[in-house]
Order: sequence, then C-alpha cells, then structure tokens
Amino acid sequence: MVVNEKIAIEHGLKKEEFEKICNLLKRNPNITELAIFSAMWNEHCSYKSSKVHLKTLNSKSKKVIQGPGENAGVVDIGDDDAIVFKIESHNHPSFIEPYQGAATGVGGIMRDIFTMGARPIANLNSLHFGSPQHKKTKNLLRGVVQGIGGYSNCIGVPTIAGQTCFDESYNGNILVNAMTIGLVNKNKIFYSKAVGINKPVIYVGSKTGRDGIHGASMASAIFDEKIEEKKPTVQVGDPFTEKLLLEACLELMVGKSIIAIQDMGAAGLTSSSVEMASKGKLGIELNLNKVPCREENMSPYEIMLSESQERMLIILENGKEKEAKKIFDKWNLDFEIIGKTNDSKKIEIYFNNEKTVDIPIDFLSESAPQYDRKWKKTKLPQKIKFKKDEFKSLKINDCLKKILSSPNICEKRWIWEQYDHTIMGDTIQKPGGDAGVVRVHGSKKAIAASVDSSANYCYSHPLTGGKQVVCESWRNLISVGSEPIAITNCLNFGNPEKEKNMGEFVECLEGINDASKYLEFPIVSGNVSFYNETKDKGIKPTPTIGGIGLIKEYEKMITMDIKKINNHVIVLGKTDGHLDQSIFAKEILGEKKGPPPEVNLFNEKNIGQTLLKLHKNNFIESAHDVSLGGIIVAISKMCIKGNKGIKIGKLKNLMNKFEFFFGEDQARYIIEVKEENLDKVQDILNQNSVHYDKLGIIMKNYIEIENEPKLSIDELKNYNNNWIKNYMVN
Amino acid sequence: MKSSVIIFPGSNCDRDMDVALKKFGFKNQMVWHNEPEIPKSDLIVLPGGFSYGDYLRCGSIAGKSKIINSLIDFVKSGRLVLGICNGFQILTETGLLPGVLQRNKNLEFICKNVFIKINNNSNSFFNNIKKNVLKLHIAHNEGNYFCSNDELKTIEDNNQIAITYCNSEGLSNEENNPNGAIKNIAGVLNKEKNVLGMMPHPERMIDKYLSGDDGSIFFENILGNFK
Repeated sequence: MVVNEKIAIEHGLKKEEFEKICNLLKRNPNITELAIFSAMWNEHCSYKSSKVHLKTLNSKSKKVIQGPGENAGVVDIGDDDAIVFKIESHNHPSFIEPYQGAATGVGGIMRDIFTMGARPIANLNSLHFGSPQHKKTKNLLRGVVQGIGGYSNCIGVPTIAGQTCFDESYNGNILVNAMTIGLVNKNKIFYSKAVGINKPVIYVGSKTGRDGIHGASMASAIFDEKIEEKKPTVQVGDPFTEKLLLEACLELMVGKSIIAIQDMGAAGLTSSSVEMASKGKLGIELNLNKVPCREENMSPYEIMLSESQERMLIILENGKEKEAKKIFDKWNLDFEIIGKTNDSKKIEIYFNNEKTVDIPIDFLSESAPQYDRKWKKTKLPQKIKFKKDEFKSLKINDCLKKILSSPNICEKRWIWEQYDHTIMGDTIQKPGGDAGVVRVHGSKKAIAASVDSSANYCYSHPLTGGKQVVCESWRNLISVGSEPIAITNCLNFGNPEKEKNMGEFVECLEGINDASKYLEFPIVSGNVSFYNETKDKGIKPTPTIGGIGLIKEYEKMITMDIKKINNHVIVLGKTDGHLDQSIFAKEILGEKKGPPPEVNLFNEKNIGQTLLKLHKNNFIESAHDVSLGGIIVAISKMCIKGNKGIKIGKLKNLMNKFEFFFGEDQARYIIEVKEENLDKVQDILNQNSVHYDKLGIIMKNYIEIENEPKLSIDELKNYNNNWIKNYMVN
Repeated sequence: MKSSVIIFPGSNCDRDMDVALKKFGFKNQMVWHNEPEIPKSDLIVLPGGFSYGDYLRCGSIAGKSKIINSLIDFVKSGRLVLGICNGFQILTETGLLPGVLQRNKNLEFICKNVFIKINNNSNSFFNNIKKNVLKLHIAHNEGNYFCSNDELKTIEDNNQIAITYCNSEGLSNEENNPNGAIKNIAGVLNKEKNVLGMMPHPERMIDKYLSGDDGSIFFENILGNFK
C-alpha cells in the first residue's frame, strides 16, 4: 500500500514529521513501517515535548541503583535488598472505558516491575475525577475502583495507599495513575538492553489480538465529542494470565538464561523490540508468522501495533530455549521463538517469507523528533485580602464539619475496602494513614509509600506547587517514621502545544527538581501524560509524586491515631495562617484565587529530620503532617482514628482563629508526646531551631476549643466517613 | 504434624498460608495441582486466590483438577481438609461441602476485619478455643453463602455451621453480615466434621503488627490436636 501524507496525518504524525521519515528512509515508508514510526514517534513513546526538560532532573544519590530510562527505577535498601518502583498513567483509556482502562493500567505497571526481576509487594494509586455533580463522575469512579481492584486483587498484590480527588477540571479527562513497588535481590536485577548477536528473541504470555491498536497514539491525542468511537483502542486485561506470567517469569529468572527482558506495553511488539535493540545498539529480525495470534488473518500492521496485554519479549542465551519453554508450558503460556538479534542495527520484519519492514533502529529512537516547545511563565498571584469581618458570622465547628465531609477531605474507606490491602501478610499500615507500610518479608525492615498531588497549588503557581508536592510526599513518609529514599513522578498535563500548558509543565518540573535536590530525594522513574484536554479545556497541571521511605525496624513505625489521655500535642513548624488556595477558602468562602502557601525547603528538611531525631529517642507517640484543611483537620483525623479528644489550649498569638486552625502553611507536623518526655522534646526542638506551638492535651471523646461548644468525636467521625458512601448509594 | 498446601493456577494466598503453617510448627509442603498424588499429610489446605481467574464460576475449574480425586480419598480417610476463601469455593464445587458462594450482596469486593462467632466447637478446627468470638479478616468478591431451605435444615440439624459473622459481642444479625450470607454463615463443615470451608483468612492475622492476631489461636488449636 502506498503511503501518503494524508495517511501519515491520520496516524497522528505531523506533515513535517512525515517528510522527515521520507528523507531518512530516502523513500516513502509502507503502511507497516508508517505504523512503526507513528508508534515510536508519538508523544507517549518518544517524550518528544518533554525530553529536553526531563534530562535536567535530579536522579542520583548513593542509594540509586537505576534511574530513569529503564522499565522502572531501583534503589538500595541494604542487605542486598533493592526496591524497584514506578508510577504510570492510564488516563485516556480509563475515561473511555473505566473498568478496563484502570485494570490494564495496574497490569501494565506491575509488568514493568516484575520485568526487572522484582516481585511486586505493594500497589498504590492516585485518582482524579471531575466534580461529584458531573453526570459521568459516579460511574467513572465506580468503574475505575472496580477495575483497579479487579486486577490487583486477582494478582494478589496489596493496594496499600492512594488518593482520590475531585475537581471540575477533570470533568472531561480523569486521571488514573498506578504505582507498583517490587522487591528484588540487588544482584539479580534484569534490564532491557539486548547484548550479543544471534540470540533468540522469545515471545511469551498471551496471544496477540486486535485490541489496543493505536492505544499509544490515542493517549497522545486530545478528546472531542467522538471519544466513544475510541473504545476499541482500549486494551482488555486478563489478570489471571498476568499472575501466571508473573510466576513463570520469576521462575525463569532464578536461572541465568535471560539476557534482556521487556514487557510489551504501549505500542506492544514495536516499542519492546525497538527499545531492546536500541539500548544494545544491535539489530533485530522478527518473523511475524511465528507470533501467537488470537484472531485469524492478522496483518503485520495489526501485529506490530496490537496492545494486547500480558505479553513479554525476552532475549535468551543460546541453548536455553528448551529449559525456558518447559517453565512456560507448566504455566500454560505461549512461548515462541520469533526472531533473533543481529548486528545490522536495523529492525527487519518478515511476513509470509517477504521482508515487510526494513528500518534502521536509530531512525526510530535517536532521530525521533524532539521539541523545545515555547512556554509561558506563570506569575505569582496577588495575595487575597480576606475580610476578617466576614469570618465573624462563621462558626469553627460548622466549618470543620463541612470540611471533614467535603469530597476531597473525607475518609475514602468505600474505595479502599474494595482493594485487597492485606494479602501477602505484611501490610502493617493500611490505606487511610499518612503512608502505606509493608514489611520486607522475613526481615526487620519495612517500606513506606505515599502518592500525592496538589493540583490547586500547581495551577495557581506551578513552581511553588511542584516543590510543594515533593515536600508533601517527604512529610507523609517522615510521619510514619521512615527515611525518605526516592520518588517516581507521573506528570499529567494539558496540551504541550499551548504555551500556558507547556509553561505549567516546565515550571512544575523545575519546582519538583528544586525540592528533590534540596531534600536529596532523587527522581528515579516516571511517566509523562500530555494532551489531557477535551474540547479545548485542559486539566489543572497535576504532577503526581510517588515516594518511598525505609523503616529499619518496623516495630518502631509511627501511626497517626492518638494514643493516650493526658499526653501533650505539639505542632512542629510555624503557623502563619495562609488561607489562599486552602480548602477553607474554597469550601467555606468560595474563594479560588490567591497564591499557594510558600515552600521553605530549609524548614522542610530541618523539621522533617528533627522529627526523625525525636523518633529515634522514642519520644513520639503519634504523628501526622498538617496539610489540606490545616491544624484542625489534622488533629481531628488523629482524634477520630484514636477515638479520643483534645482540649486545645488558649492560642498564645493574636492570630485570627480561622487562620490559625485552617491555614495551610507548609512544613508542619502534629506530634503526640508523653508528659514525662515533654522537656526533652522541647530541648531537641530548640537545639535544632524548630519552631513549635503547644496545641493541647488529650482527653476523652471531645474536641474542646476555647469559647466554642464541645465537638464529639463520634459526630466528627460520621461527618468524615459518610460522604462517599452516601454519594455512591444515592 | 504434616500439612500440604495445594497450588492451582491463580492461587495467591498459597505463600501466606505456607508462612502461617510453618510459623506454628507444621511441616508444610507445597503441591502443584496436577500432581497425581498428595504427599503424606495430616492436613490439606486449599488456599485463597482466583484459581483459573474465577472464570466460569469461582472454584469450578479447580474443582475438576486431577488432584481432586486424591483429595476425595483423603477426606474419606478422616484426615483434615481446610479451604479458605477460594479454597472454600472449590470445596463447594466438588460437593465435599454443601451450598454455594454467590457474589457479595453489594456487588463489591470487600476487604476488612470482621468478627466471627464459633458455632460448633466439637471438631478439630475449633475444639479448644476458649474465646467465643474471634477477629478475623475477609477479602472476597463471592462470599455470600447460600443453600436451599432443605440443605439449611440438614446442616443445622447436623451442626455443620462452623462460624457466623457477628459483632464484637457475638451478636449475629443483618447489620454485621458483610456479604449477605444466609444466616450470617462464614464457614461450614461437612457431616463428618473433618472438612472445613471458611471465607475469613486466619493466615493474615498471625501477629500483632497486622490487623490482629486471632488467626494464631486458630492454627495453634489445630496443631494442639496432634500433640
């Protein structure tokens, strides 16, 4: 078939890009070749708009074994143990078909982890939906939650933490970001770089069908009213097959027969074969008649673009084929030798004894377009002058109840009880805390993990927002008593061809990078999702950060539930009462403007490290970071979890009560301390120049604030727990 | 005491069960589903998971495995068989236990702590447990136990209802029924009381850092019968 410009444009390529292809090849490509170019050159696979900026990211520390560029990042946690982890988006498919979109998102990220030889030990997810009132939201939420559960529950990996946010900017583009953490012996990590010529290229897993064709290019496009027609581009997941594939791969990995391994994710067989050859600077030859197909008469075009799930490509040592096949036979999975490596530095594909593809690998990878797109800086918005007279008509208690039962603050038990969070028998902190925690099986160690985003802050001022979200992750990890190690990021943005959106990307990334460097919290893996836009309306910039931390002795993990009556409660960090961009401003005052709270990286690091010092001395009974909703929401959640109350002392400064309780100043934690340790705690805080305020003393059943009626914890619990259940039932 | 855990394709609580059994002193072996013979054992466990992806019907394909014939002989010999979650579903599919497990009433997967009341303690699974109510953990999509009225009468008459969902005080009613199971049934025994199927996962409750450790009481009791 003759390929012309029109067909190229239909495949998502730009006119100039098609010309470049013809120039490189010195001829027009055929349709299969065009398919391969379009798959490798789209935004999703080539990172063409983001690469110049991603290169600048801080990705090194003593603990980093593998940074960005592999299937996932790897960090050292001592004793030959390493953690492999990554977060990835599955936004576009999940909006079109929520159950399958979310399910295959989880399946895809888990494959990235076990491809490297690691057994997945925990899953997390970050979800953003449109306004709860939007007609699609409820069904999307139900479908996504069931899809995530359906896949991860079946594989048998616990889902230990997550976040769910609602905002009208996601009405037409929801975000589904899935993260997996795996455990591996640091001397037995598998990579995707092909080495050596005449090595067999093996296809394992499910058969190839016609599902998901053009999935990667769909994920690189904006939506319009015809999105329903894109349903066939959504892949269909089969977690049962993935479970078999997981066990079979790990069984094969015990031996020494694998040279390189790569999962077939976005752009399926195309990207996996090209990437392996490209990394090894080799050529690869495939015979598509050997590819196990689910449907009859599949063309080379369809085989190369299919995104059927649960498939892997392996480069094996010569002579190990029999031994490897035996394992896949045991697990009832397809195993076919479909080609070999060579030194041609080309991808050559045969079908029915004819050569149908002949492209130098470099054309697909190194020659792929890279754009340094134009972008616009976002100015720091002016601070709102709140009319404090207006506050006089408000009651703290009423505001608190309203905020605790608001969609973004309420308890999300309805969601996480649909995820198996206890399988594998090592979950020692369930969803609903600051971070999920799983033990490293059979050791004293545990891994803490959290996923965070702050789209409102990022929208208001991307640079500050980018910093803040990394700090939020750091704080959540510190709050459970872990030492933060590294992060993975999922960068969800609008259309990069628009200067404003591109600017949001560039500045968020700069903020993320600044915080990452200062906190020595390197970025080891990640993914970019652009074009989250429908009919010209883009989402708020939403970088999601997945952080992991190490707890050396899990018996010493901190939890946020208040422990004992008469203990003292202290707020670490200074409260200035920043209300702009706060939940209070939005939910109570209806004010959406103003700058986000300032991020001071010195304070962030110093206070976090001081908290860990206090913890080392066993001075902390419970801890929680102060984030959305400020001090009062933070202490309410601690009280609800611990089923106890607090008598809050007289505020010593003359600050407005609303600013004090609901302000969202950064770098703050609430800690619970025993009376007998109080002096020693204050000494350590003073020695480390950490500002602190005594908040109050733990008592039974009620939150008591001076000059306000008592608030019963049971009542607060109802406000906090019921929103989502009522929303989903009605 | 020797135990065997049978692994079907899609089982995913097999390792957790192995860890639990070994922790309490069982000499446990893992057995792949198409082995013709089961090694010498005092207890066989069918673990939780999604055998054969729960395709067709939960437990139905595993219920036709090669190893099931040996399992039936094993049951006839009077030795103990325990099915947890998917294992319970498999046991009902083979007919070794009465009734069926349907989709949860709310059509949602449920993962949470529950209380169960021991209804029959004249069997080797619960005989010397002093507590009447245990805190255990459930994680399932199809735990809604159902049987016909005649069957219900039979299992009640034969005292086959092993455990029921209840509150912390041992009260069983609609409010503390997580999945819609008839009579709050969480686990049943066969007529001879040597086969137990239950939805809760005791293997996930074996130390105090987890959601609880009442699962320990369960395993220690079984082991106690062999000392």
